[in-house]
Amino acid sequence: MNEKTKSVNRTSAETWSLLPNRVGRQIQKHWRLIVITIPFVWLLLFFLLPFFIVAKISVAELKIASPPFSNMFEWTDSGIVTVRIVFDNFIYIMTDNLYFDTYLNSVKIAAVSTFFCLLFGYPIAYGIVRSGPLAKPIFLFLVILPFWTSFLLRVYAWMGLLSDQGTINSILIALGIIDEPIQMLYTEFAVYIGIVYTYMPFMILPLYANLEKLDGSLNEAAADLGSRPTNTFFKVTLPLTMPGVIAGSLLVFIPATGEYVIPDLLGGGNVQMIGRVLYNEFSRNTDWPVASAVALTMLFLLVLPIIVFQYYQGKSTGGK
Amino acid sequence: MHGRRSRFLTVMITLGLAFFYIPMILLVVYSFNYSKLVPVWGGWSTRWYKVLFASEEVWGAVSLSLKIALVNATFATIFGLLAALSMVRFGQFRGRTLFGGMLMAPLVMPEVITGLSLLVLFITLRQVFGWPENRGFATITIAHITFSMAYVAVTIQARLTGMGQSLEEAASDLGAKPFKVLTAITIPRLMPALVSGWLLAFTLSLDDLVIASFVTGPGATTLPILIFSRIRLGLRPDINALATIIILVVAVCIAIAALIMFRQQKRDLLDQQLAKHVK
Repeated sequence: MNEKTKSVNRTSAETWSLLPNRVGRQIQKHWRLIVITIPFVWLLLFFLLPFFIVAKISVAELKIASPPFSNMFEWTDSGIVTVRIVFDNFIYIMTDNLYFDTYLNSVKIAAVSTFFCLLFGYPIAYGIVRSGPLAKPIFLFLVILPFWTSFLLRVYAWMGLLSDQGTINSILIALGIIDEPIQMLYTEFAVYIGIVYTYMPFMILPLYANLEKLDGSLNEAAADLGSRPTNTFFKVTLPLTMPGVIAGSLLVFIPATGEYVIPDLLGGGNVQMIGRVLYNEFSRNTDWPVASAVALTMLFLLVLPIIVFQYYQGKSTGGK
Repeated sequence: MHGRRSRFLTVMITLGLAFFYIPMILLVVYSFNYSKLVPVWGGWSTRWYKVLFASEEVWGAVSLSLKIALVNATFATIFGLLAALSMVRFGQFRGRTLFGGMLMAPLVMPEVITGLSLLVLFITLRQVFGWPENRGFATITIAHITFSMAYVAVTIQARLTGMGQSLEEAASDLGAKPFKVLTAITIPRLMPALVSGWLLAFTLSLDDLVIASFVTGPGATTLPILIFSRIRLGLRPDINALATIIILVVAVCIAIAALIMFRQQKRDLLDQQLAKHVK
């Protein structure tokens, strides 16, 4: 490591002396500004600006052209700019039952999946915290490892397990429990499994971080005062890990609401979720104004959870 | 009572790990199945690996995905580092709340929204400036940098907050210029976080299907796009073979990274103890 540090020293010193003096002084003077500006401008341009354009397109009309939407500003012959804003797309979404039901269904599926992630994830996180010094990093590693392998392939793995001739049905038939395969793939059940399976690490990790920081002497004190372990858990441990519970739940709930791949591969056409509707609206129907309106409505639904998440995230990383 | 609780937790960990790993193990086992129908066992064979390696389409997708992932990881790490420094070290500045919000939002933003909004941005840019003429490598890379820098920034922020800044202060008291302080002190001390941030950005990029599908154009097929188009219609034994290779590569890389980090940690600990003795 020492050698490395030395070589870094040398290269940076060389770079520094190579810079013309004036440029060097300018960099030094505006150092703070430069460091902040680069990522700031990037995010303004590629994160914030796109939302305004989506908003603009959502109030445009569908046109058979490239790009397939009307312009908001149009020059008329007399040289006056006319502004065209059409709320038809929003009215269409609000009044069409398909969209409303799909929104409701997405929120329901995401909420139930989040609950199951918490139900199974909490004991796993707690178990890892309570493990010995050798087992702890190994368990943690094993929980994180699936997160690094392809998300798409983890969903695909469940297609093989759940299909009619799949592993689960074959085993059940071989054991004589069922005669005919049960349809599991392309059902809501499969979507739940898929979400819980792929999002579980996002629940376990914040919970683990929170439980790890917990003061063990509090549990001992509660036990000394005659509290039963279950009672201690609900009165001491759980309330103290609420930030982890909230952060983990939102990390699962928010992206799961807009999930596209899982309902598409495991739900087939039988499970309607808003992410899938948006994707199809854009790719198959090429109705971009409606797709944009769907995206904005989804964002509107998720703004509150996102703000809550940022509040807790800011708290845990301690920005200031 | 205490004993029962810990037995319960052990059972939960075991079940949890079984739940995590059995599907992947089956995925690997079925990649060696001779049968064309994935779930029907037809004897051991490496037939599907041969099919996979013969496919030029697959190689093209792999090389495009790797190129995007490399460029993305490098830029995301640089921007993530700058962003983390801004958030942790620079105190209050105008627009800090907005900046922090934009930085964290991609962590939870549904991919379909990010994908659609970036697509309309690229189309508008093309209308106004004539760039990007074709969507593909550049547009996917820009999209990936935008969401992966958030993950890198979180990783680095955590380490920066825990590290304190007395060494940096000492260096600038002794006359080191800000750039020098960054390269000679902050970056070496942040190395473990930078490495894990880079790796994270690399995998996030390799893994992304939804955003890439939105911002890509004809002719640019990344590996996830290729896999998705094949498995949408059902199970494919050659995809099992591909999955096995990916899992193997990831496992080896992670093991190496974990080993390096573990050693680094041990050395850091040793350095600290030495420092205490010197005092």
